[in-house]
Formats: sequence, C-alpha cells, structure tokens
Amino acid sequence: MITRRGLIVTGGASLLAGCDSWTGSKLLLGAEDAHRFLQRSITGRAALAHEFRPDQRSPRFRTNGTANPNTPEYNALASNNFADWRLQVGGLVQRPLSLSLAQLRSLPQRAQITRHDCVEGWSAIGKWQGPQLEYVLRLAGLRDGARYIVFHCADVFGQRKIPYYESIDLIDAFHPQTILAWSMNDKPLGVGHGAPLRLRVERQLGYKHAKYLMRIEAVASLDGIGRGKGGFWEDIAGYEWYAGI
Amino acid sequence: MQVYRHRLITRIWHWINAIAVFVMVPSGLMIFNAHPRLYWGQYGANFDHAWLVLPRWPGWLTLPSTYDLAGARRWHLFFALVLAFSLLVYMAWSLANRHFQRDLRIRRAELTAAHIGADLKAHWNMRFHDPANPHAYNLFQKASYAGVVFGLLPLLIFTGLALSPGMWPWLVDIFGGRQSARSLHFIAMALLSLFLLAHLTLVILAGPLGEVRSMITGWWKVPEDDA
Repeated sequence: MITRRGLIVTGGASLLAGCDSWTGSKLLLGAEDAHRFLQRSITGRAALAHEFRPDQRSPRFRTNGTANPNTPEYNALASNNFADWRLQVGGLVQRPLSLSLAQLRSLPQRAQITRHDCVEGWSAIGKWQGPQLEYVLRLAGLRDGARYIVFHCADVFGQRKIPYYESIDLIDAFHPQTILAWSMNDKPLGVGHGAPLRLRVERQLGYKHAKYLMRIEAVASLDGIGRGKGGFWEDIAGYEWYAGI
Repeated sequence: MQVYRHRLITRIWHWINAIAVFVMVPSGLMIFNAHPRLYWGQYGANFDHAWLVLPRWPGWLTLPSTYDLAGARRWHLFFALVLAFSLLVYMAWSLANRHFQRDLRIRRAELTAAHIGADLKAHWNMRFHDPANPHAYNLFQKASYAGVVFGLLPLLIFTGLALSPGMWPWLVDIFGGRQSARSLHFIAMALLSLFLLAHLTLVILAGPLGEVRSMITGWWKVPEDDA
C-alpha cells in the first residue's frame, strides 16, 4: 500500500539521490568560470590581498595536507638541511634554471603577512618571505605560448604515490604577492608547512599553495598535466581550479 | 471573492528563490561539515577559540547526502549566482513597479500599540488578512518579508562573497574579518531557516492549496467566512 508518508519518504530520498547524481553536471561546473570572470571583472588584476600587522598573526598556524612527505628522496634532502635540493625551472622557458636555496634567498625578497584560507573553512594568518615568482620567471624567460605555471612537489598521495601538483595562470603567476616562500614567521619553513619551499598565491584557497616544491614548469595547456584539470585535488576530488572563490 | 495578489515577477522570483534556498542551505551545511567550528575575527582554526562547535549535519539535511566538500561547493557556487542575480532583478523590478513601496512599506499607523495588538490577536485567531482590504499584507508579513528581502538575503550574499579569497579585501573588513563573516553567514542562514519554518507553517495554517495556487496563478481566493 502506498501511504502518503511512504510517498514523502521515498520521494524525498529519490529527490536527494537525484540531486546527488547531478553533482557532476556540466551546468554546475560552469559556475567556476562565471565566478572567475565576474571576480576578475570587478577586482584589479594586481589588487593585493589584505596584509596584516605582526600582532594579528595566528598564535599557532596549523598544518594541512601532507605533514611530512617522508619519502626516501625527501628524507635524504632534509637530512642535510636541503643543501643538495635544487628548484628546477623548465618547460616553455628560454633558460632552464636550477636554483639552490641559497640562491633563492639571495634574490630580491618580498615579505607579507597574509591570511591562509582553507577550502574547509578555517583561516590562519602568518608571515611569508621569498622571491616573487615573477622575478624567477623573468630570470628563466617565458617562451611564447606559455600560459600556465605548473608546480611539481615532493609529497606523494594515495596508494599510487602520485606527487602533488598544482597550477596557476599568468595573471596569478605575475601577481606581486605570488612568492616562493622559504621562510615562515621569520624562520626557515618547517617540514609541516612545506620545507624547503612552497608557493604563496594569496588570492586563492590553500590547496593552490603547493608545498615541498621541486620543479616549476611553464606550459601552453593543462591537458598533459595529471588528468587535465591542473591540480591534484582538481583531478581527484573535483575542486575548482580557480580557487579565488 | 478572488483578488489578484501576486504579480508575475513576484511569483517567478518567489519560486526561483525557493529552489535556490533549498539548494543553498543543504549544500552550505555540507560545506560547514568540513570544519564544523565557528570563530570571531580575522583568523580561526583548530587551535583557536571557537564560539560554536557543532556535530556534523546528517546526510538527509545536506547536499550531496554523503561527505563531498567539492560537490557541495559546486552546488553552492552555482546557486549563489542564481540567488544573487534573481534577487537583484526582483529588487529593481519591484522598485520600478512600486510593489515594495505599496505592499511592503510599513505605515506609521500600523506601528501603534493598538494596531500591533489587534494584528497579534488576529494571528492568534488564525485570521491572517484584513477582510476589508484582503490583498494587503499584515504588519508581521511586511516586517518578515522585508527583513528577508532587504536584510537576510543581502547579508547572506555579501558575507558569502567575503569568504572568497579573491574578492575585495574591504568587504571582509566590513564584517570584522573572514571568520566573523563566516559566523555571520551561518547565523543569517539559521535565521532564514527559522523564517522558512514559520513561513511554511503559516501557509499550511492559512490553507495551503489556496496559498500555493495564488503564488502560481497570482489569484487568491479570499476565505469564505470573511468574504
């Protein structure tokens, strides 16, 4: 017998299940591009994220994602304080680079106290320092056709041990607050926060701020990177590639 | 007796907004489940003092129904555009066609103690309209509709925008920091949900078929005993 109550319960359940199955629809995915377009239309391309006073920093800045890559390769690099670590800069560049930590520290520096916003909802404020990505990209010289900058990392995820990767476009790559941070709160970056080097891309959510950087690659398209969406979480879980929202 | 109670733009907006709210609240609760703690100020994470810590919302209240932060964000960010732009169009239209000025404006005479008392008594007796002027909203309808249209929905939209790290930083400062904006976003959602419960309860008490029909066709049949 079909009761009204039964009808409401099954109707509600199938409505919910129906909604769940629309979660991956193209229409919903289009919202990311709409937000990116709208946001970039009403804010300046080089508009700065809020910078804070030293006393406004979080007393304790939690870690997230990988707390320690703990691979043999990473442990070997960490064991002598990353003296043998090099940041490779390649892809569509005129002069591929291999930069030591000392070299990165000797470049012109930018320090900024900014808010880190996790996609989960929490925020923490800390001080970051390092050369601007723009400076490093100009040293390497982007070739015509370079559209995105991809970051390859030392931390691996899952059973297939996929190294973390992320990417940004040139608008964010050349933003003044986009830096390669080797220092956090006036100390060398700790392992939990991405030692020896992490990306700071202050107008986007935390998962874009790739930690444990090993290699930077300039590319024309994201098609050949991972499954083509431009980042580990974008490919695995369906997070937005444009994480300014 | 029938009266023409709701114009086309009001009806269209009402149903678009209803769908948007029924997506925004459940998907927002799923986003909240990713970090079910609320803070005041610029920052706030696990080691900081939370003013509210809640258990995770159950699956029958969330969208999607099983844990999926990325999927919930997709729903939320799509319907955020629907909610905000439909409200904007509705507001502009309703200023132009004088719906707001005529139907939602609270007159001074309605704010006397005698009038408020009479309206309260009428509500208590399940009479929600003035028989002499059946298409006018009563004081509590005006106050709650205006509170939602001009208060809660804009607050939800702007606190929501403030949560986006790519938006204007000054928007965050208006609300006293990103975590304050997140708390206000949640409080506004809770108030909107209370409105929704009261709204649906009153629709049922006032006669659900006639009320829903009037929001679809525009025409409302004045209950017999008052006509």
